Amino acid sequence: MNSSVVNTARLLGAGLRALLVLTLVTGVIYPLVVTGIAQGLFPGRANGSEIRADGKVVGSSLIGQQGYSLDYFQPRPANGLGENSVNTQYKLILSGATNLSADNQELVKSVEEAKARVLKDNSTPDHKVKPSQVPADAVTSSGSGLDPDISPAYADLQVHRVAERNGLTVAQVRKLVYDHTEGRTLGFIGEPRVNVLELNIALRALVAKG
Amino acid sequence: MGPVLAGVLQLLALIAALALAYIPLGNYMARVYSSDEHWRVEKWVYKGIGANPDTEMTWSAYLRGVLAFSAVGVLFLYLLMRLQGVLPGSLGFSSVNPAQSFNTAVSFVTNTNWQSYYGEQTMGHVVQTAGLAVQNFVSAAVGMAVAVALVRGFARSRTGELGNFWSDLVRGTLRILVPAAAIAAIVLVACGVIQNFSGIHEVGQFMGGSQQWNGGAVASQEAIKEIGTNGGGYFNANSAHPFENPTPFTNLFEIFLILVIPFALTRTFGVMVGSVKQGYAILATMFTIWLGFVALMMWTEFAHHGPALQAAGGAYEGKEVRFGVGVSSIFAVSTTLTSTGAVDSFHSSFTGLGGGIAMLGMMLGEIAPGGVGSGLYGMLVMAVIAVFIAGLMVGRTPEYLGKKIGTRDIKLAACYILITPALVLVFTGVSMALPTPPHSMLNAGAHGFSEVLYAFTSASNNNGSAFAGLNANTDWFNTMTGLAMLLGRFLPMVFVLALAGSLAEQKPVPVTAGTLRTEKPLFTGLLVGAIVIITGLTYFPALALGPLAEGLAS
Repeated sequence: MNSSVVNTARLLGAGLRALLVLTLVTGVIYPLVVTGIAQGLFPGRANGSEIRADGKVVGSSLIGQQGYSLDYFQPRPANGLGENSVNTQYKLILSGATNLSADNQELVKSVEEAKARVLKDNSTPDHKVKPSQVPADAVTSSGSGLDPDISPAYADLQVHRVAERNGLTVAQVRKLVYDHTEGRTLGFIGEPRVNVLELNIALRALVAKG
Repeated sequence: MGPVLAGVLQLLALIAALALAYIPLGNYMARVYSSDEHWRVEKWVYKGIGANPDTEMTWSAYLRGVLAFSAVGVLFLYLLMRLQGVLPGSLGFSSVNPAQSFNTAVSFVTNTNWQSYYGEQTMGHVVQTAGLAVQNFVSAAVGMAVAVALVRGFARSRTGELGNFWSDLVRGTLRILVPAAAIAAIVLVACGVIQNFSGIHEVGQFMGGSQQWNGGAVASQEAIKEIGTNGGGYFNANSAHPFENPTPFTNLFEIFLILVIPFALTRTFGVMVGSVKQGYAILATMFTIWLGFVALMMWTEFAHHGPALQAAGGAYEGKEVRFGVGVSSIFAVSTTLTSTGAVDSFHSSFTGLGGGIAMLGMMLGEIAPGGVGSGLYGMLVMAVIAVFIAGLMVGRTPEYLGKKIGTRDIKLAACYILITPALVLVFTGVSMALPTPPHSMLNAGAHGFSEVLYAFTSASNNNGSAFAGLNANTDWFNTMTGLAMLLGRFLPMVFVLALAGSLAEQKPVPVTAGTLRTEKPLFTGLLVGAIVIITGLTYFPALALGPLAEGLAS
């Protein structure tokens, strides 16, 4: 009895020492070394790929933003994005998806409403958008709620509206979208996409140039 | 090029990369676990532990080492979270409540990484980096250690000795996981995954105002999260978050990281039992199932049945534009057929059948290719079951790898395959029968039931992914999924190590004309059939109530 208690205690002691030593290696040395290399070689990327416009940081090229007026290209819906609810001293963004199922009536409704809004917003007097032209990414929320991209089809669909509202020609805006369309990596990895923040920064610069 | 063709090409590229890594990594791991030499740094570590790495252990001593190390791990992580509020480097986050601390501590120690918390608003630098990420390493190393002990049980004869747990733990961590994670982390940073200690800070926005970002050691954690088939995200959105998975390349790379060790361990197994062909047979079984699941998932997701997905014109709900539908499907299958549970897209918004495929992947026991270590030992137990079934058919004592599968062995294997379904079905049933747990469901109808079934399937199989609409941060779900994770991890390990001990004691039987040739395609076919039929019979009623009902209705 006594010896088994002693043995168990000895074993737990060995376990604790193993944990502490491995914590030192994998929980202290490893992350610090990786951070050192990362900050030395890729400081911009390691710190969030910040993007500047007019000398000010206006976000990250990787993180989507909400709240663009209709003068600008619109991102995907982000109904899954939340707000910090635990630590009230912060207003952290909480990433996430809606998690609504494919047969959820609420999701059906929000998709239909988003589609109606896309049609209404993007139809101009001399350009009517058809429902069949609206791509899926324009009416669905992403997994992170922070999707920085839209499909080239959704960007193209917004060209007439953006041109009209900014006093630009459709050709000018279409070229802008074309220049900011990123194809598949190596021709086959991922999907073609347009980074909304970068596109809107370029749009603002184009408008300012007149 | 259409998205379907692009998806298939990415699948081929992934398979090619895995094939290139298979032999060198598998051979390397076999050397790691067979070598007589200790690195100098390892000797320091053994001195620190106070253990002699050359002492051979019986199966029960090996098991005691596993359990003691894991028990201390749970306690340490629990205390770290309970004390977060007073620890430095916690970004001002408060201590985590007891139920959630228990759940999270168990979750990371069992290689599950079920998360009932939101990473970016709950955990500071110390808990994430020195607590959770450490378990990402060592829980994976424990899984590999147990697998290697079972392989030694097959490879050795007339001995009770299965190796030394401390040596296997330390070598797996220092020689395999740390170097692999360091390389992977640098690649990820080069592509845009963040790695800093900036904490919570304001970043300006284009339309004015600012966003609050939570910066941390993400790349270093992301790397081991995938390599160790852990899956616990730094952020709530997991690998869908652009700071964890910024580009199409990182996405494919992360899938590669998830799969590379579990597949390569079949080579390690083949080398250690002295027949790489036996390793290929196990590999072929895992690969066949994985590829079949990928094909089914891509088919159902591209077909996008379900009213909301039909209205949208594609299965893009919960998926990122840069990844697309095809590779999100590959990720979903790879994460649920291993014990990973990381997600680059949210399974709850997949088609009804797609969600069912993810669930079925876990229900197979996560053996194709499975978690690091746990996939291999799970598959070897299924191989024991398969030779037993074959033996019954021809009326011969079953043998596998020169070992007779006796009564004791088959009992242990049967206990192994029964424990997880029992946990899944009992916990799900009780949760549905009680009045309050169903209040946690987000969606109604069949999908609501699927959320609960998914939760206990994920917890009991140590996966960690979720139909995340379920509010799992309640005392009920924190406690019960915690218990499911504990029992689902350690009871199978008891049976595996007991089986290893029993096999090691036997003397090998010679191969005769009547021996079932387990390195042949016939056996692979038998094994795939046994796995699918056993799992299918066990779970069909539950699946019919959830994902099948949802999928067939739309």
